[in-house]
Amino acid sequence: MRLFLHRRALLPPNMDDMATPLRSNEVVDQYFLEHRAKVLDIAAFLDRFDRAAIVDGVAPSATTNDVRVRALCAALDLLRDGQPERARRALELWSDHSTDPVAKAGMKGAIGAVPLP
Amino acid sequence: MYIDPHIHMVSRTTDDYQRMALAGCVAITEPAFWAGYDRSCAQGFMDYFRQLTDTEPKRAAQFGIQHHTWLCINPKESEDIGLAREVLAEIPNFLDRPNVLGIGEIGLNKNSRNELIVLEEHIALAKSRDLLILVHTPHLEDKMKGTRMIMDAIKDHGVDPGRVLIDHVEEHTVRQVLDRGFWAGMTLYPDTKCTPQRATDIFEMHGTERMWINSAADWGISDPLAVPKCRDEMRRRGHLDSIIRKVSFDNPQKFLSQSGRFRVK
Repeated sequence: MRLFLHRRALLPPNMDDMATPLRSNEVVDQYFLEHRAKVLDIAAFLDRFDRAAIVDGVAPSATTNDVRVRALCAALDLLRDGQPERARRALELWSDHSTDPVAKAGMKGAIGAVPLP
Repeated sequence: MYIDPHIHMVSRTTDDYQRMALAGCVAITEPAFWAGYDRSCAQGFMDYFRQLTDTEPKRAAQFGIQHHTWLCINPKESEDIGLAREVLAEIPNFLDRPNVLGIGEIGLNKNSRNELIVLEEHIALAKSRDLLILVHTPHLEDKMKGTRMIMDAIKDHGVDPGRVLIDHVEEHTVRQVLDRGFWAGMTLYPDTKCTPQRATDIFEMHGTERMWINSAADWGISDPLAVPKCRDEMRRRGHLDSIIRKVSFDNPQKFLSQSGRFRVK
């Protein structure tokens, strides 16, 4: 409990009681296998895409023009830059940064990413 | 004991009500939304509003769950301004029904001009009757832009942000929503919004003031038990019971009670 209180003291005053109670080794103990599996899912997805691209005779993931695959790969680079708030920055990377309303809603849904600059 | 302040029970089975009650759900609020297809006429919405204000409260009551609702024409069907205005003209006929808390879920979908016009007409209706507002923010790549546009529109109408909940916030929108004085909702979806783990991370980074969690369970990939699962995630990390109760009961109760109609036993 003393450590938890100390960790709370590191937060700004508006953060009430919301310090992360887990120690760093506990974060790894609790979440490593879950996220190991997610990394393998991404690896297998890119492998699957590349196998299909060979059959289709189109560019593989490393050079594809597909907006979504390019966005995903760009986010993977971001994850390893050592900077904080990776989730926020990934979402911003995939977001529409324009400010004016579009003339007409062309479809109902969203695809998950905009073309990278 | 918890409240799920955003769930679409018209799309769920009675078994889901039963499972939610067993998990501790005592009250829900159900915003009007898109049925997965465009209604062909305004009368289709009238039938839907009767379902929300008459049928669902009875179905929920069988399991001791208090049912409340919000009315609007959702942004996915707002591109047709003529239809939207027909529906808007009928909404006041339902606003005095006892389980109606306000206007919602209004907002934007693809951030189009027509969607914005219909949003502003909903805001004006809410403002004229001093009603609470529940806001839907757009999906995925459209969320950041749409959230800003929605908050600007609400501000331009002079609505008190403390009477508006901006829903479906994620890491890239939560800070600006809170900094502008609005309430913020996190929707717990397996794929397209926040997982229980990320929602708990967001609490740890941004605090719990003016924040709630909801399942927004509907006809798509979603989980009517997402709120208790997030409570479990918080508990697993060692967060205090008082904090878990705050985000899943006290905060929703505080915001919704501003309507004067929210009831929880």
